[in-house]
Amino acid sequence: MGGKLFKNFSFFSATLSFFILVGIFSILFIYAQDSIHEFGFHFLGSEVWEADEDDAELGVFGGYIPLLGTMLSTIIAMVIATPLAIGIAIFLTEIAHKSLIKPVSIAIELLAAIPSIIYGMWGLFYFAPIIQSTFGGNGVGLLTAGIVLAIMIIPFMAAITRDSMNTVPDVLKESAYAMGATKFEVIKDVIMPYAKGGIIGSIILALGRALGETMAVAFLIGSVMQLPSKITDATTSIPVLLANNFSEAEGLEMSSMYYLALILFVVSFAIISIAKFYFLGKKVK
Amino acid sequence: MNRLLLNKIILVLSTLSAVIGISFLFWILATLTYKGVSSLHLSTFTQDLVNGGIRNLLVGQFTMALIASAIAVPIGMFAGIWLREYSNQNKLASVIRNLSDVMMSAPSIVIGVFVYALFVAPFGNYNGFAGVIALTIMMIPIIISTTDNMLALVPKELREAGIALGGSKHKIIVQIIIKAAKVGITTGVLLSFARIIGETAPLLFTSANNQFFTMDLTGQFPSLTVSIYNLATYPDEESRQLAWAASFVLTAIVLIINLTGRYMTRNKK
Repeated sequence: MGGKLFKNFSFFSATLSFFILVGIFSILFIYAQDSIHEFGFHFLGSEVWEADEDDAELGVFGGYIPLLGTMLSTIIAMVIATPLAIGIAIFLTEIAHKSLIKPVSIAIELLAAIPSIIYGMWGLFYFAPIIQSTFGGNGVGLLTAGIVLAIMIIPFMAAITRDSMNTVPDVLKESAYAMGATKFEVIKDVIMPYAKGGIIGSIILALGRALGETMAVAFLIGSVMQLPSKITDATTSIPVLLANNFSEAEGLEMSSMYYLALILFVVSFAIISIAKFYFLGKKVK
Repeated sequence: MNRLLLNKIILVLSTLSAVIGISFLFWILATLTYKGVSSLHLSTFTQDLVNGGIRNLLVGQFTMALIASAIAVPIGMFAGIWLREYSNQNKLASVIRNLSDVMMSAPSIVIGVFVYALFVAPFGNYNGFAGVIALTIMMIPIIISTTDNMLALVPKELREAGIALGGSKHKIIVQIIIKAAKVGITTGVLLSFARIIGETAPLLFTSANNQFFTMDLTGQFPSLTVSIYNLATYPDEESRQLAWAASFVLTAIVLIINLTGRYMTRNKK
């Protein structure tokens, strides 16, 4: 009797994540209906975001600026983070002395544990001024947000990359060394090809994280609805727009916010699925 | 000699990457400690936000995270148990595993929007209960994946020994398998607690914030992280100092819980 209940409750719990995901998609889709009906796919290319002062059901809303801001800040972050994360993984698997591996790994993992709001605070008061004096601009903008985003996703990428590099059989590396290969040649010709799937998977997963990151970017991107014309310009992103304006929006504007949330959700769902299915595989022991 | 030089360059660059990563950690921690400690006073811990302290915020943040854990840990563990012990690794199990992984990486702000639509909009006011739900949704997939992975490490022989003793399946799971995986699961629980206690985005428009001490989950609920976000944007020096103090305390809590979790598994191995 108890066994049956135990099993049934286990099954119910397991299916819950399915229902939550379907629930998120349906709720966002339903609440976004007004905006989807009104603007359709044109929403993605339109840069106007203007509420009607008299009637909440009117107004023109387009998601191009936050969409662009999300993509650009993510691209900057990826360009900076990818080489550094791979470098750290190489350091941890191939270079570091045994006594260094543990402390360096822990330090990198602690970097991942720091809450994103802390990155935002620190970035705003300590990092933004440095960007301002080096590159000009206001201090806050795409570049600052991108760099701090990079620091946030590096530990995550480095950890998965390291794990997949660790799966390379020693025999393979040793054979290459025996042929007189240098460490770099072993990394380039043996480890990289072998661990390629894991590395690409980690890059795509990190991309998914960066797209949805809210608090750090909210402090650093400037949070203004404007098209950036240079890399130091302030703009906004989907998560930041939601964080700052979602709760005050009404009517059609609110529906457009749900539309943006839906786009973000679908895009990150797609990206994460691609990373999981194509590159990381699911190891079922 | 060219390839040897290239080799050197790459090795130096890789080492440099690690140095850069670690420098950022120390830079952030040093800033926090310097700014945070100089802004901390005894009254910071004894007063509520309305009087320039963080007492109610700490209590509020912990209350929401603890209730969320009390819901998410059993659900996540049962789900992990089903995946590993009951599913026979069928198609449905792999679908659920993947969906739960996707959920783990879902943008936290989207979860906030979802919970707003279901638990804030219909009632017309922000409430601590909605904050708890948002944190629970964030925590469940992490617990599922930890339980799943830790149960996988339990040797088959233990299960067989249980069966040989005539134990029923759920007794074997509760009395043998879970016990064997206890340390790993506890670590996972601590790490995921450390993660949700520092979350801001899912709380912004669910629990929102409260300047006063309250334990009433049906109204706006005090949050440390949401307060940091608000305080940091105020122009006056006092608010900023309080934001630094709060950031320091939050980071210290998160890192201590995180390190405790890691220390537990390390000891066991």
